[in-house]
Amino acid sequence: MSALPIGTPPIPGDRLARFAVSSRRRRTDRAARGLLLAATLIALIPLGLILYYLIVKGLGAWSWSFFTTDPTGNTFFKSESIGGIKSAIIGTIEMVALASLIAVPVGVGVALWLVEYGQPRWFAHAVRFFIDVLTGVPSIVFGLFIYIALVVGTGSSYAGYKGSLALSLLMLPVVTRSAEVVLQLVPNALRESALALGAARWKVIFRVVLPTALTGMLTGVLLAVARAAGETAPLLFAAGATNKSTTDLGQFMNALPTQIYKDVTSPTESVVNRAWGAALTLVTMILILNLIARLIARRSRFA
Amino acid sequence: MERSPLARLPDRALKYGLTSLAALILILIVYFFERLFVEAHPAFSAAGLFGFVFGNNWNVSAEHFGALPLVVGTLITSALALLMGVPIAVAAALYLTELCPRRLLAPLTILIELLAAVPSVVYGLWGIFFLAPKLQPAEQWVADRLSFIPFIGGGVVTIPNYFVAGLILAIMILPIVSAIAREVMTTVPPDHKEAALGLGATRWEMVRMAVIPYCRPGIVGGAMLGLGRAIGETIAVTIVIGNAPQLGRHLFGQGYTLAAVIANEFGEATGLHRSALFAEALVLFVLTLLVNALARIFVVRTARGSRTPIVGPGEAPGDLQAAVAVGA
Repeated sequence: MSALPIGTPPIPGDRLARFAVSSRRRRTDRAARGLLLAATLIALIPLGLILYYLIVKGLGAWSWSFFTTDPTGNTFFKSESIGGIKSAIIGTIEMVALASLIAVPVGVGVALWLVEYGQPRWFAHAVRFFIDVLTGVPSIVFGLFIYIALVVGTGSSYAGYKGSLALSLLMLPVVTRSAEVVLQLVPNALRESALALGAARWKVIFRVVLPTALTGMLTGVLLAVARAAGETAPLLFAAGATNKSTTDLGQFMNALPTQIYKDVTSPTESVVNRAWGAALTLVTMILILNLIARLIARRSRFA
Repeated sequence: MERSPLARLPDRALKYGLTSLAALILILIVYFFERLFVEAHPAFSAAGLFGFVFGNNWNVSAEHFGALPLVVGTLITSALALLMGVPIAVAAALYLTELCPRRLLAPLTILIELLAAVPSVVYGLWGIFFLAPKLQPAEQWVADRLSFIPFIGGGVVTIPNYFVAGLILAIMILPIVSAIAREVMTTVPPDHKEAALGLGATRWEMVRMAVIPYCRPGIVGGAMLGLGRAIGETIAVTIVIGNAPQLGRHLFGQGYTLAAVIANEFGEATGLHRSALFAEALVLFVLTLLVNALARIFVVRTARGSRTPIVGPGEAPGDLQAAVAVGA
């Protein structure tokens, strides 16, 4: 007996007609499928609109001097130059780089401990629980944490490295949990063979486990970096706001999200255009990081 | 073969080093929590815990801090986000896991995930300069037609308002809710689906009778993770909600949320005002903590309930938990 495709209309005189799907059920099926497809397309509309507006408005703001001058803070007279976003780009790159330098070793270290040691068990459970707690903390609360610990606590003011610390708190759970998943995928046989050959535990970790898991962990790290680069809230009360370019992490530091947030409330059109230009810059940076992460994930055996 | 004590030294060092790193994280979080509590204490003792959370008066110049308008604003915007975002996200997940042609699967999945890559401040920028002005005539039309319904109709429609904030939040939580829903749907045992199809069910009947009931707790969990995001989201909401610290009279009027108040006022706050903002952060922190803990319980329950292991061929075990943790 040949299989009856679902939704086949009844053929008159066919012995199988009584198994066929009634037209009402067929219509319901088609309508429901249509609705699900429509919902998927609706979900994509905002992405299309956002990217379209970013490109149209943002490209209009881009120019050579846009990337090579600092914002001036002049907003009242049209004749005055409002400047570009140089300090914001420098600040974002530098603060995110430092945040990664902090969050990646710590995050991978904690993940290594969880996977390779993880004793006593109650302690491992507690560590996992608290890492999960960190995932759910609103990003502005991270900024307040750093404010409490390093601004009020030391009686000093905002600084770039404090912004980095706030961002690293935000990255930490992402790095740890993704590294943990990848480390768990390293086959135990690899560890056991190395141990059987007489390698010490630390050598097994550094020469066998970490190299095997490297590409997979890189994906998680890049996604965490991309997330940190787009955050405004943790920087507001940790890195401060300034127009000046500086590479000194002890000073107030500008960042792309901070610059956009400042410009968005301006009544002056040219300043708002600067926000669009900065937003396009930021989104381009983040999309490139995402793209690299996906390419690496595709190459890696575990990801 | 015994190693000499000296040769074992790096082993010990690594083990204790990593253990203390893990312990450091715990200590740090407890320290932050404790300091937040200390900083928030003056505001709680000035109005009482109940008076702070349910006091309907946020007046900075009079030094009177009752957070009810902000709590309500947070609840309204998050509820709107769930109402609009979750059905779309779940439907998209169903389409991608059960109906989507194979060739379209990867591109569509990536596009939906890209929504999560757009920074919060860019959503705010787009929301206030594109979405809110474009929506205003439609909102006014709805408000005029439905003027007999309290809260929705009647009032003056402002450009920044609760509805726009809720819509932006709906877009922002869509990728995470959809990702969790997809992960949960892949845990449905194939024999359930094949049994439904074998009994003559159409595709939709199979989805309705085999997939959805099986995934319900996981979908609820995913929605709650989205809720946690929506409650804590700061910058985009601050830009599109209008920042008016009164109890919202209607859907298309200006409001305020807990997170937005902190972002806006913390810079100039001193004394009791600053303490009140810390108290808000504490309320926010506890709220998101509860929502996230509940969400995890739901999602993990679905994962445990599946008889087939979550590991498909060539798939990572624990992907689900990782997706929950990473929020991707």
